[in-house]
Amino acid sequence: MANHTRRDFLKTAALVGTAVTGLSSKTKAAPKNILSEDRMGMLVDTTVCIGCRKCEWTCKTTHDLETPSIETYDDRSVFKERRRPNSKALTVVNEYQNPDEEKFPINVKVQCMHCDHPACVSACIVGAFSKEENGSVIWDTDKCIGCRYCMVACPFQVPAFEFEKALKPDIKKCDFCFERTKEGKIPACSEICPVEAITYGIREDLIKAAQQKIKNYPNRYINRIYGEYEVGGTSWLYLASKEFEKLDFPKLGKDPAPGVSEAIQHGIFAYFVPPVALYALLGGVMWINKNKKKSENEEM
Amino acid sequence: MEDFKPTQMNKKYFTPVVIGLAVLALNGLMFLLARFIFGIGAVTNLDDQHPWGIWIGLDVAAGVALAAGGFTTAALGHIMHKDQYHAIIRPALLTAALGYTFVAVSVMIDLGRYYFIWHPLIMWNGSSVLFEVGICVIIYLAVLYIEFLPIVCERFIGRVKLPGFLKSLNNPIDKVLRILDKGLEKTMFIFIIAGVVLSCLHQSSLGTLMVIAGPKMHPLWQTPILPLLFLLSAISVGLPMVIFESLITSRSFNLKPEMHILSNLGSMVAPLLGIYLAFKIGDMVIRQTFVYLTEFNASSVMFTVELLFGVIIPLRMFMSQQVNKSPLGLIIASFLVIFGVFLNRLNNFLVAYTPPYEVHSYFPSVGEISVTVGFIAFEILLFRIAVMIFPIVSVANTSAPRTKYSIRGGAQ
Repeated sequence: MANHTRRDFLKTAALVGTAVTGLSSKTKAAPKNILSEDRMGMLVDTTVCIGCRKCEWTCKTTHDLETPSIETYDDRSVFKERRRPNSKALTVVNEYQNPDEEKFPINVKVQCMHCDHPACVSACIVGAFSKEENGSVIWDTDKCIGCRYCMVACPFQVPAFEFEKALKPDIKKCDFCFERTKEGKIPACSEICPVEAITYGIREDLIKAAQQKIKNYPNRYINRIYGEYEVGGTSWLYLASKEFEKLDFPKLGKDPAPGVSEAIQHGIFAYFVPPVALYALLGGVMWINKNKKKSENEEM
Repeated sequence: MEDFKPTQMNKKYFTPVVIGLAVLALNGLMFLLARFIFGIGAVTNLDDQHPWGIWIGLDVAAGVALAAGGFTTAALGHIMHKDQYHAIIRPALLTAALGYTFVAVSVMIDLGRYYFIWHPLIMWNGSSVLFEVGICVIIYLAVLYIEFLPIVCERFIGRVKLPGFLKSLNNPIDKVLRILDKGLEKTMFIFIIAGVVLSCLHQSSLGTLMVIAGPKMHPLWQTPILPLLFLLSAISVGLPMVIFESLITSRSFNLKPEMHILSNLGSMVAPLLGIYLAFKIGDMVIRQTFVYLTEFNASSVMFTVELLFGVIIPLRMFMSQQVNKSPLGLIIASFLVIFGVFLNRLNNFLVAYTPPYEVHSYFPSVGEISVTVGFIAFEILLFRIAVMIFPIVSVANTSAPRTKYSIRGGAQ
């Protein structure tokens, strides 16, 4: 520590500087977040859904999850409690009392919303999540390290983790049937729905269709499409007859979920200028103090 | 003024306290074993609502903060060139090196796929705060080990005596140590500055980590200036941690406490804590979150305890000359600051976190607590071993044996 010369100092400091700035060009390798103009979406009309839970069954069979036979899904006692998607069920349907017509309860299907600006994609330490061109937010098992930061980040509390597994636990969530849509099929839940409560289509078109529905049946719907603006927009859109917050939808703003966090992060690391500047500043202070000490010693 | 020199501690390793700590460490290891055999779910109370528990909130977040003594003393001693503080740099460095090692281990045991812990090194996500924290911690850990190397060189140059068949390695190892020693002497300043820069980066980013949780976090803690608050609190806990540790070490090894140094350090704590408090209160006033303090619930109580006992009371104590001059006063005041930052990290990561569909709240399981306590015990045991092997703790020169090599970073 003691006897280095000024030249040594400047030489090595410069070397470190270039090494650090050299790194910055590589950090652009961020995960995919494509927002294609004609990305797909899904419109769920909760006023149409009858709570048959066929979508739950087909989702499980499509994703190789264990499931009892389809007949058992007729049992409506599961509606006694509010359920959440988990590692064994990527989508669930919940039931809510309808204050206007008790005979027709409101059923709400819950799954990943496939945000346009997903918090999970922004948060994932290894970039295992990506927003694909067709709108789906998918997860790459080959990258995931199981840190569960996506679960901390998700505003909808969707990603689930296989806590019971000691080896190769997965993050589980709806993948918008990415494998099926790749082959030109439509998502399984939309295909099986007997009442066409779940419509698959281009997101822009779905919003127009939903607006038309609201216009045509102002008594049937409240004037709001959940997911049109929430956290910057989601691929899944919902129509309902009463306030969404009463149907357990989280109350969220219009700013993208990762918003502030990414701004702070990129502010601290703007082209590595702040860290390098701090390094230079500390180096300068160190050098000045060292010289001061030296001249003091010489005077004595 | 007495001349202080870092010296190896020469005392019996096992005391009743040490044996107690060893039992706690073993207990933790048993639960750790269970975690690797049966999975995270079997040992912890974590679930889809609460993805992170005390292994992240305490072992990692509080662990990183409490290891801040390493970079604050490096900045004080090396960068500000206040030579009188060199006696405390080595213990702080050892604490930081051990602390960060355990942070890395804690991250690893909490990862569902711990065997993929190296993925972030090659799979980058520039927008992920966790990625930034991870990379910074990895590099800083390496820097800490490098900063520790001169102590290893000092201890073993000319004294490498491996037993038995390893004898033939004695000379090569000695040579390597000498080369390292020479090379590091000229370049150490690079690592010291890098250590401070890396610390500032990840200490603050640790705060940014929870910003993305947005409305899931209680407004008393959720603020865009979280990174600044984390950095300021880390800086203000660095010196109290060093003071606390130095006093405990002196007591444990029957040494005279280095009061002339510790009192000066103590007088520096008050302004640092004051700045932190000003930002914390200012943030509360600007965002008008004080309204939540009128409610009576876990969040408001925890916030008040954190601020009152963790910041305001120790701030008042450190402002008093009397406290700064008495070992007991310093121990209590330092402990309160440490407690405050510990509680702050716990609050930010666990108490403030309320998922939208929370069925039950999170409380750590016996297994989680055992592992956390075990790690702390293990860390103290390793600290004790290290100060007995390496010249870390400074003692008055009269009783210290002369070391052959001049002490780098020591008094010159």
